[in-house]
Amino acid sequence: MKIIILGAGQVGTSITEILSREAGGDITLVDIDEARLSLLQNRFDIRTVHGHASHPDVLREAGCDDAELILAVTNSDETNIVACRTAAFLFNTPKKIARIRATQYFAEDSSFIMDGLGVDHIISPEQIVTTELLRLIERPGALQVLDFANGRVQLVAIKAYDDGPLVGHHLRELKDHLSNVETRVVAIYRQGEAIMPDGDTVIEVNDEVFFIAATEHIRAVMSEMRKLDKPVHTIMLAGAGNIGFRLAEALEQKNYKVKLIEQSPERAEEVSKHLKRTIVLIGDSADEELLKMENIDKMDVFCAITNDDEANILSAMLAKQLGARRVMSIVNRTAYADLIERTMIDIAYSPKQATIGSVLPKFRTGALEAVHSLRLGTAEAIEAIALDDKSSKVVGRRIDEIPLPKGTIIGAILRDDEVIIPHHDTVIADKDHVILFVQEKKHINEVVALFQVSAFFI
Amino acid sequence: MQSRLILKVLGFLIIIFSVSLLPPLLIGWFDNDGTLQVFLQSWGGLLLLGVLMWLPNRMQSDELRIRDGFLIVVLFWLVLALSGALPFILAEHPTMSIVDAVFESMSGLTTTGATVLTGLDHLPRSILYYRQQLQWLGGMGIIVLAVAIAPVLGVGGMQLFRAETPGPMKNNKLTPRITETAKALWLIYFGLTILCAVLYFAAGMSLFDAIGHSFSTLAIGGFSTHDMSIAYFNSPLIDSIVILFMLIAGINFSLHYLAIHRRNLRHYFFDSEVKAYILILSVLTVITVSLLIRDGVFSEITSAIRYGLFQVVSIATTTGFTTSSFSHWPGLLPVLLIIGSFVGGCAGSTAGGMKVIRVELLLRQGRREIDRLLHPNAVLPIKLNKRPVPDSVINAVWGFFALYVISFVSLGLLMMMSGSDIVTAFSATAACLNNLGPGLGDVADNYRSISDSGKWILSFAMLLGRLELFSLLVVLTPAFWKR
Repeated sequence: MKIIILGAGQVGTSITEILSREAGGDITLVDIDEARLSLLQNRFDIRTVHGHASHPDVLREAGCDDAELILAVTNSDETNIVACRTAAFLFNTPKKIARIRATQYFAEDSSFIMDGLGVDHIISPEQIVTTELLRLIERPGALQVLDFANGRVQLVAIKAYDDGPLVGHHLRELKDHLSNVETRVVAIYRQGEAIMPDGDTVIEVNDEVFFIAATEHIRAVMSEMRKLDKPVHTIMLAGAGNIGFRLAEALEQKNYKVKLIEQSPERAEEVSKHLKRTIVLIGDSADEELLKMENIDKMDVFCAITNDDEANILSAMLAKQLGARRVMSIVNRTAYADLIERTMIDIAYSPKQATIGSVLPKFRTGALEAVHSLRLGTAEAIEAIALDDKSSKVVGRRIDEIPLPKGTIIGAILRDDEVIIPHHDTVIADKDHVILFVQEKKHINEVVALFQVSAFFI
Repeated sequence: MQSRLILKVLGFLIIIFSVSLLPPLLIGWFDNDGTLQVFLQSWGGLLLLGVLMWLPNRMQSDELRIRDGFLIVVLFWLVLALSGALPFILAEHPTMSIVDAVFESMSGLTTTGATVLTGLDHLPRSILYYRQQLQWLGGMGIIVLAVAIAPVLGVGGMQLFRAETPGPMKNNKLTPRITETAKALWLIYFGLTILCAVLYFAAGMSLFDAIGHSFSTLAIGGFSTHDMSIAYFNSPLIDSIVILFMLIAGINFSLHYLAIHRRNLRHYFFDSEVKAYILILSVLTVITVSLLIRDGVFSEITSAIRYGLFQVVSIATTTGFTTSSFSHWPGLLPVLLIIGSFVGGCAGSTAGGMKVIRVELLLRQGRREIDRLLHPNAVLPIKLNKRPVPDSVINAVWGFFALYVISFVSLGLLMMMSGSDIVTAFSATAACLNNLGPGLGDVADNYRSISDSGKWILSFAMLLGRLELFSLLVVLTPAFWKR
């Protein structure tokens, strides 16, 4: 597939990195920063074009005439929109995806985006990241919360503490503890090492447990692993960027008490105009005096969300030291994932991975509904649709007959409106939504191939 | 350094190269001239060597790092030049010493076209074909070929690709995927070669000569199957076809790709490098032809034009075909043409030399310094094709130029130390460094009279020129080997 990616920022680069390693992705990357392009060209097998992303001559040079997909993820909404419109009008590009930040565009009729702006799909990474952070804040104790099937099924990661009733016991006893709750533990990470769980696995203190269950049962299962935290009231956010601002806005609507620290006075003034009850503070999030003065020890959650990984990690550690109950940090570098595990930081969240997860299914040809990255991108959870045709390797088969790669587990099946937690003899039916946990990212393509409908039968 | 991975890739490249011994093997078998055994042994030896390197390491799957890439390219060219010499060493006719065989093989692969052989017309056809084919493979580059047919090299393939292709700006890929780019380049190369062979055949060459000469023309090599080179055919028609295809092969193959891809020739006329290339050749031709006429070298004006034009294009593009012994031309002409070969063809072509684009950038940089004296506060970007060239490229070009001059002078001095006179020493160094072929003095026709040590020096010069200095020199620096 010939793909043109406009904008070599964080999202553009991440997508480029993943797709350029796959066989089918012929990528041309467009940006105005020539140095950045030559850096990326050295690293990935791609073509780069230097120029303004929405100009017709630049798009033509990038090969827009025969590109199948254009992904506009430059910094500017307007450039992205004009690029899609240009591609639609001049080059008839079949699929156009744009990142649009300003919510004002969504307020109109839905045909406005498609026909008016010429954009087939909108991605809004900040929106996704804000929602996921919000979910994490609202589910105290969870390390990561992912929605499947429109929120009917959730995958939750949680750290086991010695006050959890199941901790120190075999996994199969979970059934006795919770008689009417169906759940499946899909993975356990012990000191950074993945363990394939079965009924005989004993849960130990500090294990990172991943389980899938229907959304209404999540709380019950979580309480088996640890005593649940008190509900959250007070939250301090560090960094009033796009995400920080949106998060503060969403939190204050839900009646949380929010404090937002921002270094730049201009930005602080700007966001304070739009926020109603949030207290916006000008200052450095790693300033001990400021944190103390603002009662950091009374905070239920401290969340560092500047765009600087190192500053986030350090200020989160400082906040924990000063008495914040739970601290979270945004971390984009995958390499930090295992390092952070050994620190005081409760949750490290990767916005980069969340964004990629929301964009990637649009590129993959298989019947994929969603792809989510876990543990800062070292594992993945996917929602795939089993489609019946003569070549299907899954429909009509028992789960133990499906040749899943090592470390891959089917966690849940959504059939019509029913959530099924499958056993080894469950048979997969047509149109089932299958939720899988893939322990090693390198196996993801094998899993996708299982669900791929062969081209001959379409 | 990941030595096992390097061995794997090297072994793989050698296996690919070993296939190229099969066509001469078939010719030897068909002609029954006793060379069948020679090629059979060489092929078997190479295949065995390649498999021995590849098989134990085939499971290595790490990605190539920058250093690995340079080392592979240099090692591969060395191994190739050595193993490519095998048929020359093994053959009874011609009888060649090891140093002669390596020189001949290196000269072929680097598309230099300098030879130590005489009496070409009486050599077995399989050997003659093999020489021509070496040039053809070396022209576009065997690593580029390997990248085209073997996508397994992945991102590492790009490292290798860039170390082998000539030119100061290597970031302009034709297609998103490096394998596709390599494939496109080889297809164009292959297509042009066939077209050239057909025209040669139609113009009166034998089928064998047509194919052989199309190989060395498109590769800008200069090997011929006859001692008299192109003069053997003595046909103005053939001369003009040779000129045409030397010109085509000296142009950046990206432009050929654009022309074919968009079915449109206008890119040629708007490319500033092509304009400079044609301008340089025209100026050289005018000077040469008018001096030839003034000094009455040829009795007729038309012959002066015919031979003058041919020699200018052949020498300045670094091909090295001859229709007239230009080294005996009067006055400045022989030296002028050799200096012309320093400019060479365009970047991304099969030609040698420093490349037109580098010379153009150097001149504009010089001009900019003069302008700056007049307008101390002016912002003076250097532009190519209406786009500013980054200063990093200009700096790299300056560095290249400095190293080129230093290499030329020091290798020339070494040649004098090995026993050559000054004209022979420096013209031979220039001819080899620029991948040209024929020089002046003792090396005007062939390199027989050069001492053994001189031949080793020149072999090194040829490789230095083909890999455009940096790829080879970086491996020779101590810093490269430090951890």
